Amino acid sequence: MTESVSGISGMIIQKLLANPKVPRDIDGNSKIVEDLAFDSLAVMNFVMEIEDELDVSVPLDKLADIRTINDLAACLHTLKAGNA
Amino acid sequence: MTDIFAKHAGLRAAYEGLTASSPRNPFEVVIERPLSATVGIIEGRETLLFGTNNYLGLSQSHRAAEAAIDTARTMGVGTTGSRIANGTFGLHRALEEKLARFFGKKHCMVFSTGYQANLGTISALVNKDDVLLLDADSHASIYDGAKLSGAQVIRFRHNDPVDLERRLGRLKDHTGAKLIIAEGIYSMTGNVAPLTEFTAIAKRHGAYILADEAHSFGVLGATGRGVAEMQGCESEIDFIVGTFSKSLGTVGGYCVTDHDGVDLMRLCSRPYMFTASLPPEIIAATMAALEEMEERPELRIKLQENAERLHSGLKAAGLATGEHVSPVVAVTLETVEEAIIFWNALLENGVYVNLSLPPATPDNRPLLRCSVMAAHSSEEIDKAVAVFGAIAKQLGH
Repeated sequence: MTESVSGISGMIIQKLLANPKVPRDIDGNSKIVEDLAFDSLAVMNFVMEIEDELDVSVPLDKLADIRTINDLAACLHTLKAGNA
Repeated sequence: MTDIFAKHAGLRAAYEGLTASSPRNPFEVVIERPLSATVGIIEGRETLLFGTNNYLGLSQSHRAAEAAIDTARTMGVGTTGSRIANGTFGLHRALEEKLARFFGKKHCMVFSTGYQANLGTISALVNKDDVLLLDADSHASIYDGAKLSGAQVIRFRHNDPVDLERRLGRLKDHTGAKLIIAEGIYSMTGNVAPLTEFTAIAKRHGAYILADEAHSFGVLGATGRGVAEMQGCESEIDFIVGTFSKSLGTVGGYCVTDHDGVDLMRLCSRPYMFTASLPPEIIAATMAALEEMEERPELRIKLQENAERLHSGLKAAGLATGEHVSPVVAVTLETVEEAIIFWNALLENGVYVNLSLPPATPDNRPLLRCSVMAAHSSEEIDKAVAVFGAIAKQLGH
């Protein structure tokens, strides 16, 4: 169900909203650092949670190109497809 | 013209917010001079030092100081060159042989700092075709070494063998080399790594393993060789990296290994090749401190007793400390504001500890990081605990 980019994006948003400090109005275009006020460590730790959900590992260099929730979803989708 | 510092606007705001709420700048503490390993003059006052990583007190070793003075007089104060050019003296070789013998390994490479030991070792061992598996709480020098190497970097959960194994499982079709990196004692929390379990996992998945024993060298293990010695898995660790700037009280770093390929690292490790080598007086002081450490095992026993005294004292005072008893004892607080008030009060009452703030700390929470020494007396530890307890009470803990 979460295998499509939009499905993964929805799952990420759901996970983020479980954190009460995250703004309620986020969507796929929200910027992870600017809009969610995540620092570099918080981003890495959050990605770790998503990795377990999808059973993939995201190399750190891939994170450098990720700005929005949709970027992260696309990256995870590609990695997941590569593993399949 | 674009303001070259504009990118640091966020950092400036955070820094100004922090320093505005603190009577003194926590990043600019000056130890005017040390009176001993455990007491220094700060702001004109005698202050108990509980944040120096000087675990065995050897920064003040007379023997090491004499060795440095003699060597400076006979060989001068610097090498003025890189190890691969004019910067290798007989002393550098002698220290490498001494360390290799101490660790029971075939090879040793000495670097100019502990930071460079990680940078130089990691960046020479792996490249873009390889994968590094780093404990999530790894020191900045490990992350920076990883970046310099160009290898793919995958983090595993701190001290979690199950998570490491799951991530290695996902790499079963990867053709490049795999290198796991863990620390012996973690510098911020004092947590000890389950190295034995990690080595078993490395073996099952055909991975190499590197242990950074910066904070455990001279501290743990029957002869001070670190966590790998304590857990009986030294022969399974491919590379051990460490520093002279903690238990030996000087500066510099090393990598020891049985792999013969390490000789090639001397020809491709940029942080080893493109920097000046350690000055001869530092090498002499380091060798003297190593001899003192070997001849005085009672220092390690005293250190462990002191670690237990500080750890249990802070716990009894109702403060949140880690579960591992090690010479790094971190008190976790909930907010940065409270940590700043607490840290200032400690200093004003004659106790210096490290104020460690997110994101340099795990879990996004601030720490009052203490490091204990063999040189601390029971009275000094009890005094520090009493000051901690009184401030905690005032702050409603």
